[in-house]
Amino acid sequence: MALKPLLRATFLLAGTLLLAPLFAQQEEPHEAPAAEAHAVAAAHDEHGTEGEAKKFDAGKLIMEHIADEHGWHIAGEGHGSIVLPLPVIIYDTQRGLSLFSSSRFDHGHAAYDGYKLEEGRIVAVDASGAIDEAATANIWDLSITKNVASLMLVMVILLVMFIGVARAYARRPGQAPKGLQSLMEPIILFVRDDVAKSAIGAHKYARFMPYLLTVFFLIFFANLLGLIPFIPGGANVTGNIAITLTLAMITFLIVTFNGNKHYWHHIFAMPGVPAWVLIILTPVEVLGMFLKPFVLMIRLFANITAGHIIALSFFSLIFVFGATSAAAGYGVSVVSLAFTVFMTFLELLVAFIQAYVFTFLSAMYIGAALEENHEHKESLV
Amino acid sequence: MFLSALLDIGTGYGIAALGAGLAALGAGVGIGRIGGDAVQAMARQPEATNDLRSNMILTAALVEGAAFFAMVVGLLVVLK
Repeated sequence: MALKPLLRATFLLAGTLLLAPLFAQQEEPHEAPAAEAHAVAAAHDEHGTEGEAKKFDAGKLIMEHIADEHGWHIAGEGHGSIVLPLPVIIYDTQRGLSLFSSSRFDHGHAAYDGYKLEEGRIVAVDASGAIDEAATANIWDLSITKNVASLMLVMVILLVMFIGVARAYARRPGQAPKGLQSLMEPIILFVRDDVAKSAIGAHKYARFMPYLLTVFFLIFFANLLGLIPFIPGGANVTGNIAITLTLAMITFLIVTFNGNKHYWHHIFAMPGVPAWVLIILTPVEVLGMFLKPFVLMIRLFANITAGHIIALSFFSLIFVFGATSAAAGYGVSVVSLAFTVFMTFLELLVAFIQAYVFTFLSAMYIGAALEENHEHKESLV
Repeated sequence: MFLSALLDIGTGYGIAALGAGLAALGAGVGIGRIGGDAVQAMARQPEATNDLRSNMILTAALVEGAAFFAMVVGLLVVLK
């Protein structure tokens, strides 16, 4: 019985992952100005201090680490750093598709095939190497970036784990769980009993289990991978607003398409409310319809990004103090390491809680859309 | 050097920081009350602990959502 929802969950996940890069690209122009402004300021800094010892810029370091990249950074910095190159896929409305490795850009120092990496963004350049803004507007950057690669890694992990677990249930029905099964069963049961059943209701929850399980484990594993500071992790997947937007959008679509007549009745004409109040209430309710997924998006994004920023800030403190004197740097490093360890434990908790909250709120909204009786539930935003 | 970096910032940044601080204050009061009352409720009625805990986490997340709105606005001011 548990097998089918699990298999469907994994397939739904694959679908989610295919969607995410599309949204990621569409979102990029909105994010670009902020990143650009910052990068310009940083570049200014760099030119000023070239030749002498490089000034440490904590803001630039943090922003670089939480942003998406065209390569997976392993060690070192600047020109000599070791980076796992990722494929660059560009669709140019004028020149068609081009595909090459991001190592061709040589950390942003070289142009390749008329494209150049400028402050993390791919731009078109002319023969002399100057940025061609008109041609840049034609570019659709569909690259496998660090976040997309990390998302695919999560997908592979989930597929391997869940197909294995699902097979185990099929092979030994009715028996006690073994191995990986015993690890996953309590979590799956937790999502089923404490999230789906309690929020949607015991007789309607089954239809939404694939989505709820998928979104729970996707967020949970992406959060955990983000906590690993080196290569298999380190990407800020759930701290990327395009990805949380995709997830929140799916919840919004499920709620909207499953809303029964009571749900719509409550939004457009709240029963038991005088007509003149409805003039105020209906716009608020309609706004609330969009506000709920919006807050879902912001909450996950801000929580995870804040976690990354805090860890990086503690490490940056070492270098900020180290710039004044080496002894101060060493002294602060002890404190800052202790705080980072503490915060990482807290982040482990946050990784679970945010996955739980996202899933539970999604389930609450779905439950509210399906509710039959007129019993009033507070609408949670 | 650390101090000069602190003094080197514009008014907009200062006010953004103040706003973030106020949001954190509000969220702190809110989450503190949720946590305190939940623990009290658990002490009075230990058999309802599981229910109370999940509701506590959920409500704390909602309060936090409001604080994050403020934080994002603050970030937008700083990064604009």
